[in-house]
Amino acid sequence: MRYLGKKLFTLIITLFLVSVAAFLAFQIVPGDVVGSIVGEDASPEREQQVAEELGFMENGKKLSPAVRYTRWMKGVLQGDFGVSYRYSKSMNEQMPVKELIGDKLPVTLWLAVISMVFIILVSIPLGVVWARCNNKYLDAVLGVITQTAMAVPSFFLGIILTFVFGILLKAFVPGGYVSYKENFGGFIGYLVFPALAVAIPKIAMTARFLRNSMLTEMKSDYVRTAYSKGCSKRRVMYGHVLRNAMMPVVTFLGMIIAEIVAGSIVIEQVFGLPGVGRLLISSINTRDFPVVEILILYITFVVIFVYFLVDILYRIIDPRISEK
Amino acid sequence: MKKRRFSLLLAALLTMAVLGGCGSDGTGESSGNNSSTSTVVDNEVQEPQGEKTYGGTVVVGIQQDIDGLDPHKANSAGTKEILFNIFEGLVKPDENGNLIGAVASDYTISEDGLVYTFTLREGIKFHNGNLVTCEDVKYSLERVSGLLDGVPLMATMKAVQSVDILDEKTVQVTIGEANPELLYSFTAAIIPAGSGEDENAELVGTGPFCFVSYTPLESIVVKKNPDYWQAGLPYLDQVNFKIVASAETAMMELKGGSIDIYPYLTESQAAELSSDFRMVSASSAVLQALFLNNAEKPLDDVRVRQAICYALDGDMINEFLYGGNSVLASSAMLPALKSFYVDLNDTYGTSANVEKAKELLAQAGYPDGFALEITIPSNYEVHMQTGEIVVEQLKNVGITATINPVEWETWYSEVYKGRKYQATISGLAGDLTPGYIINRFQTESGKNFVNFSNAEFDRIYQELQAIPDLKGREEPYKQLQKILNREAASAFIQVAPTNTAVSNKLAGYRCYPVYVQDMSTVYFVK
Repeated sequence: MRYLGKKLFTLIITLFLVSVAAFLAFQIVPGDVVGSIVGEDASPEREQQVAEELGFMENGKKLSPAVRYTRWMKGVLQGDFGVSYRYSKSMNEQMPVKELIGDKLPVTLWLAVISMVFIILVSIPLGVVWARCNNKYLDAVLGVITQTAMAVPSFFLGIILTFVFGILLKAFVPGGYVSYKENFGGFIGYLVFPALAVAIPKIAMTARFLRNSMLTEMKSDYVRTAYSKGCSKRRVMYGHVLRNAMMPVVTFLGMIIAEIVAGSIVIEQVFGLPGVGRLLISSINTRDFPVVEILILYITFVVIFVYFLVDILYRIIDPRISEK
Repeated sequence: MKKRRFSLLLAALLTMAVLGGCGSDGTGESSGNNSSTSTVVDNEVQEPQGEKTYGGTVVVGIQQDIDGLDPHKANSAGTKEILFNIFEGLVKPDENGNLIGAVASDYTISEDGLVYTFTLREGIKFHNGNLVTCEDVKYSLERVSGLLDGVPLMATMKAVQSVDILDEKTVQVTIGEANPELLYSFTAAIIPAGSGEDENAELVGTGPFCFVSYTPLESIVVKKNPDYWQAGLPYLDQVNFKIVASAETAMMELKGGSIDIYPYLTESQAAELSSDFRMVSASSAVLQALFLNNAEKPLDDVRVRQAICYALDGDMINEFLYGGNSVLASSAMLPALKSFYVDLNDTYGTSANVEKAKELLAQAGYPDGFALEITIPSNYEVHMQTGEIVVEQLKNVGITATINPVEWETWYSEVYKGRKYQATISGLAGDLTPGYIINRFQTESGKNFVNFSNAEFDRIYQELQAIPDLKGREEPYKQLQKILNREAASAFIQVAPTNTAVSNKLAGYRCYPVYVQDMSTVYFVK
């Protein structure tokens, strides 16, 4: 319980600091939000009207950054994330940030889920087989393949996949993204290739990681003990070695989840997926502060939360940790 | 967005849809203006021949998300070119740049140029089925001109003093000062009375297509308006304006077949197009220049600015970037505005004159050249590439130029608004009014980001304001261009062509001399 409290406290402090940092960053970077929204030909009256609508001014007076931050923070604490500066919902309404992100989040989350399924389904069996294989040639081949897969950046892989499967083989239509609201099956289908692009380098890394971890464990004393008391090879491998070897792999998988859920920025760009990563980039470019701030908080939260989950998982796999 | 907003645009926007009439030459009769804009077009590719069919859905790739759905407030060129399909003003431009009646079937302008009388088109309806009334027209015009709440949404419309309903079909607009260029501002969208303040207002106009949906980062969908006043138009049932993630993905999508029309091809992408597409090429309305900050040393010396003009090799830039298809610029007027334009390319020559440039630099006290920083909005590939060529050309005369790439927002606030720069390469998007680009060179103009100051220019510009007819303004506008050219206000480079990829299944795509993607005339060929 105390542990939970401590974690929660760190989470809140981190989120607060990150929000301040993001806000300050926006004060420093050049950019004239109001000016570029109204355009160069706008009348001063129009400029002031927009400044007031966006909360830069009140009753004709400019508000200080401190006041603006406090107001924004107050809103967030009350669950009001504000409205986007740039995106409209209808003729007279700006898009609420909550709705905007809520609409884009499923894309990123599903991409993460499918990628994780690929990673876990492929990398763990692969790692185990590799660790157990005694064949010198197979070992070398796997070594070369994983090394190559790790070295290729996923955006490049994305371009290759699009070219080979999209344009040459016509297995999918590049840019043929369909919204999850319209056709869920089609949506998942379109995500398969981006998910592969995300997963392949990670599969290579995880498999390699697991194999090395298992090889180290296999040399441990307890393995010899287990064999000497008559355990089958199978039992030793899956009951003891794998379980211990999974420890570092879980941390690693945790990092991967955090990375993908936080926004596969590059892959979303390559495949034209309207996820939070792409939203983040376009919002930074247009200085859409309310959107960027919430996205940064979201990413921070995801990273901290996933690490927290990994921590808990550790305790389940290895009861020794909680005793310490 | 880069693809982005403002009428001030950047060169990647060069690649935007400002297409100079791919059609026949305009006569200008319909609207009584003589500035028929039509451009030299090398449109060798033939339209596919075949029977016109009704129906079908077309996907148009667009590079920037739209910046609003309110036609009076949205400000980016990328948004306006789409909203053109949904909303119409009393008048609207045709593909030759002439104004034709839209919501108004007819109009007259009084002798003194102060009273505009518009006659409503018989039976014209909004997309929700309601007839357009004079109240709607009055409301829309009062909204843009600021008569409604004191906040003008279109700067030019501030001139409007009153909007009066004469009878059921006639609206009279009175303005303070005669201005023959004001007519273009009546392209402002006519929307139902009160809809600008009503939270639940439907998004309806009178255009060929009705608004269906908008999803940020994804698409804007419009469907056919069956009651459109132009008989027989539009052909298509639905158009999806799809927001592409980047130029590279757009190319993939073109090849993969998920986009039918894409208006921002670069020259190298155009070469990659498959046989399923043809390229429609026309002159853009974006004037690209190496803008020189006239208030910064050593550019405050006219000889230094002239030396830079001599040093640049426009032919080489044109050849390298556009295969010779762009029009070299010599002053601040679009060549498309034929009757106002004067070609001054002879002054500094279209190729480099290194001797002359060095001589002028020596006279100005810089025999060994100087260092020059060129700030460029880096999201615009075309400006960046031009920058690299310019740096090399300036090197030949001893000027050591460096490129400072900045983000678009930074460029807008620091360079354009803040005027904190030495030189910059960018583009200015013009419209159909001859004064639109050139007015910024007045000393006191808020848009005079090059800090140009010339008493003669200011005087002629002031005098020009009092000339009530466009014909009478032709000569003064030419004089203004000559002053800018002589004083080397900046080193004007070119008006680039725009290349649009159009699927061969489609025909009827028309290019406009303004930012417009008109889908009403596009049809599938059988």
